[in-house]
Amino acid sequence: MHGDAPSPRRTASRNRRRVLLKVLRYLLLTFLAVVIVFPLYITVVNSLLSPQQIASRPPTFFPIHPQWGSYSTAWDAGHMSEYMLNSVIVTAIITVGQVATAILAAYAFAFLEFPLKRALFVLFLATLMVPFEVTIITNLTTITNLGWYNSYQGLAVPFLATGFGAFLLRQAFLQVPPDLKDAASIDGYGHWRFMTRVAVPLARPTVAALSVFAFLGAWNQYLWPLLVTKDDRYRTVQIGLKQLSSTSLDQVNVTFAGVVIAALPLVVLLLIFQKQLVRGLTAGAVKG
Amino acid sequence: MAGVTFDRVTKCFGDVVAVDDLSLDVFDEEFLVLLGPSGCGKSTALRMIAGLEEPSEGTIEIGESIVNDVEAKDRDVAMVFQSYALYPHMSVRKNIEFPLRTRKVASDEREKLVHDAAESLGLETLLDRKPAQLSGGQRQRVALARAIVRRPKVFLMDEPLSNLDAKLRVQTRAELIELQRELATTVIYVTHDQVEGMTMGHRIAIMADGKLQQVGPPQAVYDHPANLFVAGFIGNPPMNTVSGPIVRTASDPAGSFGIGVEGTVIPLPAGHCAAIERSGAKTVVLGVRPEHLRPATEGGLVATVAVIESLGHERHVDCRLADGQMVISRLSSSEPAPLVGERVNLTVDPLELHIFDGVTEEAIETT
Amino acid sequence: MIFTRNAKARRRLRESGLAYLLLGPSLLIFAVFIFYPFLSNFYLGFFKTPPFPGLPNRFVGLSQYQEVLTSSTFLNSVRTTVAFAFLTVPLGIALGLGLAVVAHQQLRGIAIYRTIFSSTVATSVAVASVIFGTLFNPVVGLLPWLGINPQPPILDNPDWALIAVALITVWQTLGLTFILMASGLQAIPDELHEAARIDGAAAWSRFVRVTMPLLSPTIFFAVVIGGIFAFQTFGQIDLLTQGGPLDKTNVLTYYVFTTLRTENNDGKAAVLAVALFSITLVLTVVQMKVLERRVHYAR
Ligand SMILES: Nc1ncnc2c1ncn2[C@@H]1O[C@H](COP(=O)(O)OP(=O)(O)OP(=O)(O)O)[C@@H](O)[C@H]1O
Ligand SMILES: [Mg+2]
Repeated sequence: MHGDAPSPRRTASRNRRRVLLKVLRYLLLTFLAVVIVFPLYITVVNSLLSPQQIASRPPTFFPIHPQWGSYSTAWDAGHMSEYMLNSVIVTAIITVGQVATAILAAYAFAFLEFPLKRALFVLFLATLMVPFEVTIITNLTTITNLGWYNSYQGLAVPFLATGFGAFLLRQAFLQVPPDLKDAASIDGYGHWRFMTRVAVPLARPTVAALSVFAFLGAWNQYLWPLLVTKDDRYRTVQIGLKQLSSTSLDQVNVTFAGVVIAALPLVVLLLIFQKQLVRGLTAGAVKG
Repeated sequence: MAGVTFDRVTKCFGDVVAVDDLSLDVFDEEFLVLLGPSGCGKSTALRMIAGLEEPSEGTIEIGESIVNDVEAKDRDVAMVFQSYALYPHMSVRKNIEFPLRTRKVASDEREKLVHDAAESLGLETLLDRKPAQLSGGQRQRVALARAIVRRPKVFLMDEPLSNLDAKLRVQTRAELIELQRELATTVIYVTHDQVEGMTMGHRIAIMADGKLQQVGPPQAVYDHPANLFVAGFIGNPPMNTVSGPIVRTASDPAGSFGIGVEGTVIPLPAGHCAAIERSGAKTVVLGVRPEHLRPATEGGLVATVAVIESLGHERHVDCRLADGQMVISRLSSSEPAPLVGERVNLTVDPLELHIFDGVTEEAIETT
Repeated sequence: MIFTRNAKARRRLRESGLAYLLLGPSLLIFAVFIFYPFLSNFYLGFFKTPPFPGLPNRFVGLSQYQEVLTSSTFLNSVRTTVAFAFLTVPLGIALGLGLAVVAHQQLRGIAIYRTIFSSTVATSVAVASVIFGTLFNPVVGLLPWLGINPQPPILDNPDWALIAVALITVWQTLGLTFILMASGLQAIPDELHEAARIDGAAAWSRFVRVTMPLLSPTIFFAVVIGGIFAFQTFGQIDLLTQGGPLDKTNVLTYYVFTTLRTENNDGKAAVLAVALFSITLVLTVVQMKVLERRVHYAR
């Protein structure tokens, strides 16, 4: 049989192939998802088992009788409550500080004319070329001399400004139509009010992305908090995890609980601010 | 209420002279249209009144006082931008209210003013929308409402209609004229559209290359363009211009000479000849409005019909002279039209001729 | 006229003043915590830190640079870091790209998969290290149960430690790489794929001829930051191997840290920091130069 009309048999077999293809695709996706998420999953599971169950073979992959005690142990005896509080404080200071200084600097670069503008902008970009790791030697001395060793200031102040944030926000401010600035200045809005009422609200997606990016960076810091703190009063949660994992191998469930506690804020952040996070991270990638 | 005066104002951006030695008086309560082709410096002139640009030379007065050193916000002017410059993140209400917020206006008073402005432009039902949820025409009204809400001394408008479609533009034109009458304020209106200039302005000021070319009531400018540029810029289709050598025809009863165009000579009336003689011009350019160029059975210039454009109420007959120059005759659609390819004789009433100096391009007055 | 000039100058002055006021906070932080410590590294490198605190630093000129930069520990450290970069960057990008391609299709529920694929951005280096450190543990870990149980244990094994740390790093950064690649893919207009499809190109050749070239700027950036990240690797090493076994994981940043912290040798650490900066800089420039030529920038 020739002709253009496909035979019912052929259509049926094509449909079957399409369904099969779809199933294969889902299988592949699911397999990859399981592999990626398994370490996280097993962490949660282990945090709900007793140390004996964790060490038993074959391993337990599902907690039939979850034991939540590990969380309170990690929280209290493991000092996770202090670590978390410290991390929250330091991260909040850094995030707010970075966003604020970036807004101010970006506004100057986008809307004002002043001598040495280009040179200063190059200077801001130059900060991106210096990895923080390179500056720790003198920074540690500086912080110590300032009397900020083992303090919130010591943890946060070096990170209160970034060339990257200023650069990113300047790009966003340059998108603000110049007519808006002109209209506002006729209407009597000076720079400060134009910045707070027009420029920043219009750049809100970038501000949000930058905030998420700053939050992530501050929360995940490891080297500097390790250098600049000496006791649990100021240790952040990342350093706290090191303490927790090195002290309690016989309480490995507590370590896992600590890991879950430490990761939880970012998981929540990822779920709520997925869009901004993606924007922030991809913008951050261009930074390199 | 106040007038605006430019006194020998020049504005340079680096090497570019955007406005060149501009002197212009805008009267109180006048609707003045600043007209000119793209890049001629209209916006720059307007922005200097607003205080958004500083003049390089000269002074600008609003009312009786020199405002060169007065900040934009203290000049008591309002501006409507071509882009409308609405704040995208604010509702219509907030946008209209915006200029009042910096001026110490009590909040109930503010509300009343916003309401009045919105009402006079038919925006009451749109107050809670964001600019993105409005049509182009509605956005334009919000921009106007924001300008009128604080009753400024002077309104500045920079091509406020250019983003509207043709029909809305005609309608809004009429509304703007009415609005200006009601508010009885000075309006300085920038456009490159000569129809807007002709229909809206009490006077029009025509600029080219940063220089003022002519100021006057629209009809006066149309009837007596000061130079070739204005003649070509005002009127649609533009004035026909024909250039040719001055030919002495001593025997001609009408005058002592005419303009030679491929064999024929267009005779000039005696008054014109005297004027040309007085001016000392070596060559001249003749200008004829298309409506004054009539096809006839004999005499005049011989031409071939190249294209006929029918606009419904009138026809534009494009004709090619023997030496290749193109001229346009405008006929009402009730008149009989020639056919394409037909040879026609184009005649003109000598009194409707405009004469320009071929070198300076200035009009030669013939009265 | 004169009063106009004055007013103009005053206005300009005020604007400049405001600008410097706005830049001030950032400039202060940069000066104190980036430029000054960066520059003082070069200076500190000229001085030998005494073996006991309290004694004065001794000026030794360039000799400390020579001594440190030719030492076998330093050279080993650079080799280790480079090896680490080669272990993490290509694999990470390949996996991230693969995931992005797989997730780039119209299927019901694909958003859930995308979220899962990007889930490791919610982990920090410390979180990932502690998780895997425990999973790799010879007593309580899962790896031995799976039959992977080298002697000595994997993180203490000179042959395996660096590879293990690299794999953990690849997992931890996979979410970021995926997000990067996925948004790169998304930026490619669908019409281009459709055009290639109409031209009869098969899936694989579409990928090679259309997707890869258009994605090359994204990959380029991923390579650059991947390389830079590798030279900043620290937390994994500190938590999992402490540079061991036998210095096999003593990457440069960790070496700087131990020199500063354990040896208390600021002068030597400064030289190492200068080296770390120079290598990062050279690497970035070289990567840009080499890769830029092969990158197709969409216009
Ligand atoms: N800020 C500026 N910097 C440099 N040159 C400028 C600036 N603003 C305007 N110009 C130049 O000055 C000249 C006049 O510009 P202007 O905007 O006043 O023209 P316009 O008559 O409003 O034109 P259009 O009808 O296109 O709006 C142009 O040549 C323009 O390029
Ligand atoms: Mg303009």
